[in-house]
Amino acid sequence: MKAKFHWLILCALVTASGCSSLGVKPWERETLAREDMLMDADALDLAFDEHIYFSKEASSGGQGFAGGGCGCN
Amino acid sequence: MRKILLLLLLTVSPVKAEIYNIDQLDLKNHQGKVVYLDFWASWCKPCQRSFPWMNSLLNKYPSEAFTIVTINLDAESDAMHHFLDKVKADFDIYHDPSGQIAEQFKIEGMPTSYLIDASGKVVKKHIGFYTKHVDKYEREIEELL
Repeated sequence: MKAKFHWLILCALVTASGCSSLGVKPWERETLAREDMLMDADALDLAFDEHIYFSKEASSGGQGFAGGGCGCN
Repeated sequence: MRKILLLLLLTVSPVKAEIYNIDQLDLKNHQGKVVYLDFWASWCKPCQRSFPWMNSLLNKYPSEAFTIVTINLDAESDAMHHFLDKVKADFDIYHDPSGQIAEQFKIEGMPTSYLIDASGKVVKKHIGFYTKHVDKYEREIEELL
């Protein structure tokens, strides 16, 4: 029983440590800052997506982010 | 005459940024001056916008009382050099590819700048660069000079 409890603690610790370094640091966003990483990199593609979204949800917008993915400003 | 020509040449030649390794950074060397410490990267658009303004600060304030130290956080130095070929920088640049100093300063966004007073104390921190706020940034510097 005690060994089982120790295993449980160990598993919990290993699982929890997986969340210790989530996300990229602000200075590591070079790839995210690329223009082709923007949600609206392709205007035609975005127009299609928005049209489909509007048809299904009866609402639009909310697909843009100021400064793209680089997190600048 | 030759001396005058040489002096003239030195005066009109553009000041170019010196690039150092991050290990060479010692902010104590600037104690006694107000320091504008800026963290930037080549891919960061607001960082690029801040360069002409930072260059202008060096002309505006006396070099014995004010200086700019910048830290580049590009993982590859080629990206930094390519950027500096296009954008003029009159201040010293320290290259921190692994982000060791950025980690120490707990950088939360790009660019981030710190205003350090003559005693070496950090008095202001700016996350991001906004051209509409440059007057405020300059007022903060002038208060310390």
